[in-house]
Amino acid sequence: MKKFGSFNIAALVIGFSFLYIPIILLILFSFNESRLVTVWGGFSTKWYGELMQNQGIKDAAWVTIKVAFISSTVATILGTIAGLVMTRFGSFRGRTLFSGMIYAPMVMPEVIIGLSTLLMFVALAVDRGVFTVTLAHITFSMCYVAVVIQSRMSSYDDSITEAALDLGCTPFRTFMLITLPIILPAVIAGWLLSFTLSLDDLVIASFTSGPGSTTLPMKIYSMVRLGVTPEINAVSTILVGLVTLGVITASIIGRKQKQQTI
Amino acid sequence: MISNSRKTQSLLKSIFNGRRAVIAIPYLWLLMFFMLPFIFVLKISLAEPIMAIPPYTALFEWGNSLLPSIRASLESYLFLFSDSLYIKAYLSSLKIAIISTILTLIIGYSIAYSVAKAPSRWRGILLMLVILPFWTSFLIRVYAWIGILKTEGLLNLALISIGIIDKPLIIMNTDLAVYIGIVYSYLPFMILPLYANLEKMDMSLLEAAADLGCRPFKTFWTVTIPLSLPGILAGCFLVFIPVMGEFVIPDLLGGSETLMIGKVLWTEFFYNRDWPVASAVAIILLALLVVPIMLYQKSQEKAIS
Repeated sequence: MKKFGSFNIAALVIGFSFLYIPIILLILFSFNESRLVTVWGGFSTKWYGELMQNQGIKDAAWVTIKVAFISSTVATILGTIAGLVMTRFGSFRGRTLFSGMIYAPMVMPEVIIGLSTLLMFVALAVDRGVFTVTLAHITFSMCYVAVVIQSRMSSYDDSITEAALDLGCTPFRTFMLITLPIILPAVIAGWLLSFTLSLDDLVIASFTSGPGSTTLPMKIYSMVRLGVTPEINAVSTILVGLVTLGVITASIIGRKQKQQTI
Repeated sequence: MISNSRKTQSLLKSIFNGRRAVIAIPYLWLLMFFMLPFIFVLKISLAEPIMAIPPYTALFEWGNSLLPSIRASLESYLFLFSDSLYIKAYLSSLKIAIISTILTLIIGYSIAYSVAKAPSRWRGILLMLVILPFWTSFLIRVYAWIGILKTEGLLNLALISIGIIDKPLIIMNTDLAVYIGIVYSYLPFMILPLYANLEKMDMSLLEAAADLGCRPFKTFWTVTIPLSLPGILAGCFLVFIPVMGEFVIPDLLGGSETLMIGKVLWTEFFYNRDWPVASAVAIILLALLVVPIMLYQKSQEKAIS
């Protein structure tokens, strides 16, 4: 095979420039003194100060954090069970449908998921609000967790679990004492993924939320429709910063865990 | 001996019952919150819009008789086929999804291939750089392009100041902006499955081809590409299926002439408040996507096992 050559370097440089320049510019212009997003007027953090004054954004951020925290926690529990069912439970009746319900939400257009979930809530006369958004977020997040757990289980050594079961440990205790500690990094990664998915979601939240449960992406979307402003850049920068911090932390946890097991 | 086997039996029984309960938890959740809603979409797509809360007629009417009378109407579907807007929107979504999938594949393959070939000490950090935007808000990444692409935006300012153009390019609110937005947003979804596949590729096969006198370019087309087909398929499904129903990108970057079915559905639902037509739009979109979604599920199951 040909060595890592100039084509590869060019592809990486151009590819990563394409991926990162828009985000870098977005961050840069959040520190712009001028209200015009395209003209540099000097360094300033005044848009962050203005953000702190904006009650609408603060309320929306609080709703979003609440929804993301609850939905990612429940989704991690359900998704971990689903991932184990997919890999360690052999065949059972309705398995194909089950795996279909795990994979379909990950590619299904969000407008379809949002509309269908909303119509069910309306038909069952469930009041729309934080609760319904949380339920919808749990449903699609748990599928991502299930896939993360599934891929972790493909390299999981079953002999340890079998040893515990042979020695008379109950399946539930075996899971809590043996399996869960081993797959914990994948579970944490699943939780973080669910948290950011919930934090990011605009379309499904727009359908399933009600009055008083405007999430941060919904607030940002309504601001974006009115035009580009440095305030949106500032709130975006905070979100990008938090997510970056989360991803780096997760990868450090994962690496440490890997070193320990080796 | 007997007590021992009875013990095993009772243990097996408890495992078996526990097993069913464990399967039932996520199974019932997904049936309730993922499958069941489609029944309601189907039901409402057969209703008629009325000015009420909720804004559609009941499908079953409980009169004096024991059996309800069913009032199903295909009007919403007939409406979709009579107004050329909807068919055009489906076709235009299909065109945009196909073209952007191909573009994403070409760009994504070059990046995934280069990451897989990079020295191993670089690979971790390069992969992390691919994953990071995947975790960053979709809405924010699309928003970032508005400031770049608009007429008085950063791209035009840069090109004019260098002197490549004298008049600003009109990119914002055109199909081109939609393509840029889609390729940008979905690129990590393409790179990750491709990289996972290319990284595991057996290099000795490529060496064998080279030893037998195959030129690098031909080796790439006849060995590397066919071997990476599962990754290519997974990546293409991950881009094509959601792009068919994309709403945010055509709404924020596209113009009035950019027709995509996800945006049509949104408009029907939120602005026209015609829930039966919005449901019919969703049902037909779902029907178009059932086969690709099942193929995707199959390819994923194969990849895991």
